[in-house]
Amino acid sequence: MLELNAQTIVFFVFSLLTLGGALGVVTNRNLIHGAIYLIISLFGGAGLFVLLSAPFLAAVQVLVYIGAIAILIIFAVMLTRSMTQLREVFNGQWWASALVGVLLFTLLIGGVILPVWGNSGTNPNLPVSDLVATTQDLGVALVDGNQYVLPFEVASMLLTAAMIGAIVIAREDD
Amino acid sequence: METQQCINIIETMVPCLVRSGTDPGLAQFLSIIIGVLIVTLMPLVLVILFIWLERKIAARVQDRIGPNRVGPFGLLQNVADAVKLIIKEDITPAGADRLIYNAAPVIAILSVILVWGAIPYSPIHIGADLSIGVVYVVAIGSVGTLAIMMAGWSSNNKYALLGAFRAVAALISYEIPMILALLIPVMIAGTMSMQGIVEAQQGMWFIVSAPIAALIFYISNLAETGRAPFDLVEAESELVAGYNIEYSGMKFGLFMASEFLHSFTANLLFAVIFLGGWSGPFVAQLPLLGFVWLMAKTLVPYIFTLVLRATIPRVRIDQMMAFNWKFLVPIAIVNVLITALVLKIVQTVGLSPSPENATDFVANLPQGLILFATNLFMAFIVLNMLRNQGRRERMADQARMLRTVEQDKQIVPSAAH
Amino acid sequence: MNVVNEWAFIGVFMAVAWVLPTAPLIVSWIFRPKRPNAIKMATYECGVETVGDTWVQFKVQYYLTGLIFLVFDVELIFLFPWAIAYNQLDFFAFGAGLLFIFLLSDALIYAWRKNALEWS
Repeated sequence: MLELNAQTIVFFVFSLLTLGGALGVVTNRNLIHGAIYLIISLFGGAGLFVLLSAPFLAAVQVLVYIGAIAILIIFAVMLTRSMTQLREVFNGQWWASALVGVLLFTLLIGGVILPVWGNSGTNPNLPVSDLVATTQDLGVALVDGNQYVLPFEVASMLLTAAMIGAIVIAREDD
Repeated sequence: METQQCINIIETMVPCLVRSGTDPGLAQFLSIIIGVLIVTLMPLVLVILFIWLERKIAARVQDRIGPNRVGPFGLLQNVADAVKLIIKEDITPAGADRLIYNAAPVIAILSVILVWGAIPYSPIHIGADLSIGVVYVVAIGSVGTLAIMMAGWSSNNKYALLGAFRAVAALISYEIPMILALLIPVMIAGTMSMQGIVEAQQGMWFIVSAPIAALIFYISNLAETGRAPFDLVEAESELVAGYNIEYSGMKFGLFMASEFLHSFTANLLFAVIFLGGWSGPFVAQLPLLGFVWLMAKTLVPYIFTLVLRATIPRVRIDQMMAFNWKFLVPIAIVNVLITALVLKIVQTVGLSPSPENATDFVANLPQGLILFATNLFMAFIVLNMLRNQGRRERMADQARMLRTVEQDKQIVPSAAH
Repeated sequence: MNVVNEWAFIGVFMAVAWVLPTAPLIVSWIFRPKRPNAIKMATYECGVETVGDTWVQFKVQYYLTGLIFLVFDVELIFLFPWAIAYNQLDFFAFGAGLLFIFLLSDALIYAWRKNALEWS
């Protein structure tokens, strides 16, 4: 059922990058190394977006996550002194996060993967949106009064609020 | 916007290979590999010429001759330098993070080379005409920032880390006006594909319809590529070179090469996005001529960059940040707002060219002229505001000076005698 | 037809392009002298011996700049689809984009007034 063509191989490579990078993030003691692994993981995610024919999201992944958030994380790490060489691997809340992780995993398997298991992507009964096919459609949908204009503007408000919050917190520090 | 007719660098030779009996899939793969090798080799070979040009021009500005011993006109000087860098001992400082330390220069140069894969060299020669070309170029460029951060952090040196942090803070800041300036060509062309943007300029170059955006793009590119007056990334005469202080030998050479290449690539993008790319006379008959036109157009802003480097003093980091956040970003935002509004009005009134005569100069004239006039008007207002601000600050300075003199007189009245 | 091809090119490009810059490093590794010693490997600090840890604490200003950049970056990315679709938008949809940009400039004005843009 699984044919071994170029696309499948590329999919496995990017999946491996994503999962391996994620594993590196949580097991590494050096925070900067963790950030580098995070970048590898995000890069794998960008590759998966390309495979899903969503190149704009792939570019956003590289531009925003690798180019901005990774940099921000490194800035944040350097802000907190002597955090670069952590000794202990586990902290007191490891079981709670493990619980959440297992719950989320079950949810994903049960809710998303099982319903489509065995369909090779051509099943017409699957709920696939045909509203947004290209980046241009995305642009139209974002500002269309009947579609996503409200979330679009709310996103802008949210980002402004996030920045105001960040400035307020950071200003108190110094 | 007829992107269907443009084909890959590689696709031109697939038919030939198939006709000579090669398996179509293999032919496709082979042609991709060959295309990749061409696009990778081209910048690496050309960079030797750019460095020679830069040294020659800097020398002429400073009343020197420049490299003139190795090869004709000193053209082989950089080859000799490369050989010297290769046989030089390479020092990895104690306590450096070896893997990141060694990966940083490669990533730095990779972040520049990868841009060349999305640049249209002629109507039919392009590595990959991505539908999101503009965002791809910006995204790849932002990875270069990461390389600087990696180099600075892994060197285990205070200066390197400090230099990297300052550089990264400046580089990410100047990404904002650059992206804002790129919005306007995308808006006028209605596409993010690089080939589509060049084709949208057949009637009129975007430097005419969006001169302010072009200027903002050029300035932020100067900062992004670490060029004077924004060359704080490695202020070689003040800081001890910044993020690459611990690098030596060929790794240092790679950083230098990536820097020179980055500068040229930025001007190449400027030529593609604002100067009409490969478009020029006789390109339709002889596509390869497009490459010549593109290079000729690139050389104009590039040589200007080189002369700037040799003539303009460096700004301070606080000036650089203030110039970005308090001048370039607000102007870029207002520019996007006003251009979007005016263009929409022009389109609604019906003055913009129809898809049939989009490549016609006369049909483009009304829209282009209206946008140009709007830009001139904006520039006039900005210059006036700057003039008033400057006058206010000079007056304040003068008043402060007068006050100081008065105070001095009161404190030591005998000092005047 | 070409979309897959274009990205195949980029994929191969990313896989191959790093080989050529790495080649001179390998050639250099073969030919260059390797005689390290403790003083040569010491951290460069203008002849003075290094004091303390390299990974010192940095100013909060770097983080703040990074945050402001991030917010703008995300907002601008939203604007690219809008800019592509610009030619086919009616006035309402077009105004929604303008409102978005207006809110963006709001954030800038706030940061300016709160002196978050000062670099001291």
